[in-house]
Amino acid sequence: MTNKAMSTLLLASTILASVGLANAQDATLTIESWRNDDLEIWQSKIIPAFEAKHPGIKVKFTPSAPAEYNGVLNSKLDAGSAGDLITCRPFDASLALYEAGHLAPVTDLEGMKNFSSVAKSGWSTDDGSVQFCVPMASVIHGFIYNKDAFDELGLSVPATEAELFAALDKIKADGNYIPMAMGTNDQWEAATMGYQNIGPNYWKGEEGRLALISGEHKLTDEVWTKPYETLARWKDYLGDGFEAQTYPDSQNMFTLGRAAVYPAGSWEISGFNNLADFKMGAFPPPVPNAGDECYISDHTDIAIGMNAKTENAEAAKTFLNWVGSEEFASLYANALPGFFSLSDHTIAMDDPLAQEFVSWRGKCNSTIRSTYQILSRGTPNLENETWNASANVIRGSESPADAGKRLQDGLASWYAPHQ
Amino acid sequence: MNKATSSLGRSFAAHAILATYTIIALFPVIVIIVNSFKSRKAIFRSPLSLPDETSFSLVGYETVLAQGDFFLYFQNSLIVTVASLTFVLLFGAMAAFALSEYRFRGNLLMGLYLALGIMIPIRLGTVAILKLMVASGLVNTLTALILVYTAQGLPLAVFILSEFMRQVSADLKDAGRIDGLSEYRIFFRLVLPLVRPAMATVAVFTMIPIWNDLWFPLILAPAEETKTITLGAQVFIGQFVTNWNAVLSALSLAILPVLVLYVIFSRQLIRGITAGAVK
Amino acid sequence: MSTTGISKRRVRWHIAIFLAPAVLVYTAIMIIPLFGTLQLSLFREIDQKQIFVGLENFRTLLGDPRWSETFWNALGNNSWFFVIHMLVQNPLGILFAALLSSPRLRFSAFYRTAIFVPTILSFVIVGFAWKLILSPLWGIAPNMLDAVGLKSLFAPWLGKPEYALTTLGLISVWQFIGIPMMLIYAALLSIPDEVLEAAECDGITGMQQFWKIKLPLILPSIGIISILTFVGNFNAFDLIYTTQGALAGPNYATDILGTFLYRTFFGFQLQLGDPNMGSAIASLMFLIILAGVSIYLFGIQTRLRRYQF
Repeated sequence: MTNKAMSTLLLASTILASVGLANAQDATLTIESWRNDDLEIWQSKIIPAFEAKHPGIKVKFTPSAPAEYNGVLNSKLDAGSAGDLITCRPFDASLALYEAGHLAPVTDLEGMKNFSSVAKSGWSTDDGSVQFCVPMASVIHGFIYNKDAFDELGLSVPATEAELFAALDKIKADGNYIPMAMGTNDQWEAATMGYQNIGPNYWKGEEGRLALISGEHKLTDEVWTKPYETLARWKDYLGDGFEAQTYPDSQNMFTLGRAAVYPAGSWEISGFNNLADFKMGAFPPPVPNAGDECYISDHTDIAIGMNAKTENAEAAKTFLNWVGSEEFASLYANALPGFFSLSDHTIAMDDPLAQEFVSWRGKCNSTIRSTYQILSRGTPNLENETWNASANVIRGSESPADAGKRLQDGLASWYAPHQ
Repeated sequence: MNKATSSLGRSFAAHAILATYTIIALFPVIVIIVNSFKSRKAIFRSPLSLPDETSFSLVGYETVLAQGDFFLYFQNSLIVTVASLTFVLLFGAMAAFALSEYRFRGNLLMGLYLALGIMIPIRLGTVAILKLMVASGLVNTLTALILVYTAQGLPLAVFILSEFMRQVSADLKDAGRIDGLSEYRIFFRLVLPLVRPAMATVAVFTMIPIWNDLWFPLILAPAEETKTITLGAQVFIGQFVTNWNAVLSALSLAILPVLVLYVIFSRQLIRGITAGAVK
Repeated sequence: MSTTGISKRRVRWHIAIFLAPAVLVYTAIMIIPLFGTLQLSLFREIDQKQIFVGLENFRTLLGDPRWSETFWNALGNNSWFFVIHMLVQNPLGILFAALLSSPRLRFSAFYRTAIFVPTILSFVIVGFAWKLILSPLWGIAPNMLDAVGLKSLFAPWLGKPEYALTTLGLISVWQFIGIPMMLIYAALLSIPDEVLEAAECDGITGMQQFWKIKLPLILPSIGIISILTFVGNFNAFDLIYTTQGALAGPNYATDILGTFLYRTFFGFQLQLGDPNMGSAIASLMFLIILAGVSIYLFGIQTRLRRYQF
């Protein structure tokens, strides 16, 4: 049965007046996004700034929860009811949308000139010839700590892993603070703020990440299992019942001043600034041995592209060009400290914590999360398995070697360079 | 004497069991509502105490109410729920009557066909349903939701109602037929009033998943004008997941209307149930 | 019954009219979309094209250990989830209904309303509320256990693979106990007084009356709640999804068929949705539930003795 016949049947079968309102204003752009946290900032800062410059275009920001975003977006795209602008996850999720014809290429947009090839890598085809989203921001991993607690206990910022564990021991012995705020209930923190946070120091950032993609490295190699061994040691410093501690639990634990160290991503900054009533500082993942070169995860996280089937293509392009502008970069980076602009413009940031994070770009080598490019294309999905393995290792229910072996077997089952 | 004490003991035991469970049932709801009126520090320091003058705070409600048109969301939910419920009950009862009353070829198969719907999660048909709604221009209308919920509620309604309709006395219906009543009159005048308790029960079962559904509002009608209250509350929960004042207030705001509605409705429900019991 | 010789010869239009609205809406909006999706299980996407592969997806699902282990794990967890409901929810529901239906009980309206309250709450609320209460950080559960001197019994239940599923099962029981209670309550109330009076004349009262007179009379309703529990549990998804996420942690200990299906069909995080394998899982779930319902419809329902009052 065709859709038309179906809809006639459907309408005939019920006698219902349409209660809703059809919205068919010209050039109203709808943005699909998973950043429901940012709703307020879009409504009060970003959209007014754009609309002031482009009076003919109205913009609506309609986020859904991060967990549902992929399912919701894909359904809407398949059925043709998705918004004009699509917020892009990095790498394969968006690549698949481009390949399925849902995202329009943006390679030739004026605004794309302002991005380096590294910035664009998250939203390019494998050969790098076509881009399908305009990069918005990256996030940096590291540790946020309670400065008051560190001062109180006379601790200095740790530079090596030995120093970090010594500091944690001291905090534990003192007993006033939980040394580290993290739980394994939601699993992803263990992988993202744990493994991907400290790992680059072991696998030497890009060098190891690319070697893993080419098949030279295996996940059973020491540089890939060592970070798990370090993670396994975290267990003793987490709060009671960390197995059931959720992500918001950990955030609250830290911002209420109960915990001293928080393995973090820079996106936490704005939330923490609002909640914490003590001084905070940040340090990059400590290196295994003094004098080692340091590596940080500076992950291309968020971009925005255009629905290939949009009826407002010109308006959408205008918006995307604006996303590439210095005005947007500065607006976004300052409205959401911790989301660092990927554009070549020099952006002044006011937030001291954000400044601290971004300063590491000068002294350490940047890399992106190891599982994001290419390696999570098959089943089992390496990223999801890494969540599971990292949580298992911290809980102590799987040994680092076993975890490495399981991940390697899973990857090798579908990824040719590892077979 | 002996009989009196034993019945006293029995009634004491009954009260003890029911009261204990009542506490278990209400405890989480009360904890949420009570804490939504406290300051952030107090929520964590003493979750079980009532708010006093130092810990009382409405900051959560202020955050939440400043952010969306809860009254509109509530109205949308109400329209969708009531309309779907009406169709489910009417169409469901008609079909259940046909299945339980008449012998015809394919009766059992038809029963099974109508029951298929409770065996497959309707979520699976999302893309096809969405395509249908796009084709008929119903995206972002409450009509789309009403249609989906009517279809979704029917299988269970037919299933339960036909079971109850089988228990309606055949003599009564035959007497009606002898008096020359048409089949429609027999259904609307004789049978429907007798299965009121079952209708009330089905109404509650149908209402709950519709009111609480998150998925289809998100897919079919996410626009601001058509947002339902569950979707509205979910947005707040996602948005303020670390701000427990706001989360607890959003939860309370989502609980309270249903609670009030239910307390009002439960009178009707019970009256329906007891009135239907043949005495 | 009404089927006499005369009506057999005529076309009985009223049957069609009674059935038509339900069948039309249901077919257009549920059956066609659902089966349109289920047939995807026979295809596979290769280079953006759907290629017919017969039962290949099912062979992968049951034959490839990477898929089958997850599937059997989910099925096993799901069965345990169902067992918890049958052992806890339904007997308790019947007990409450029986207590509530005794005519001279005071406050029964209050109890009835209160016990049903959790049923009207959305999964988002239920999941969130229990997560807060059981949270080791917030400390309601540990504090309460501490108050009765049982602090040592506290464990981070939702985070331990050995307890998480049972805990979630009990939360689900807490949420849904109102349904069997109400159904049985309605059934008990529709037992005519004459039947009970006759029983009392024969000296059958109290517990004995319940077991000998009432229970046989409400057996059809118990049948309904059992099958509804079965169907509901094997379609369950939301509670686990809202509390444990789509990966159903810890270490897949709470993964049931619904979460496995969702993860596969719609994708999750970096994992792209696979409608073909997803549909294969959904088809198996459908067959499992269909088998259960058929056993009920053909094996049990037809044998139950019904009493018309």
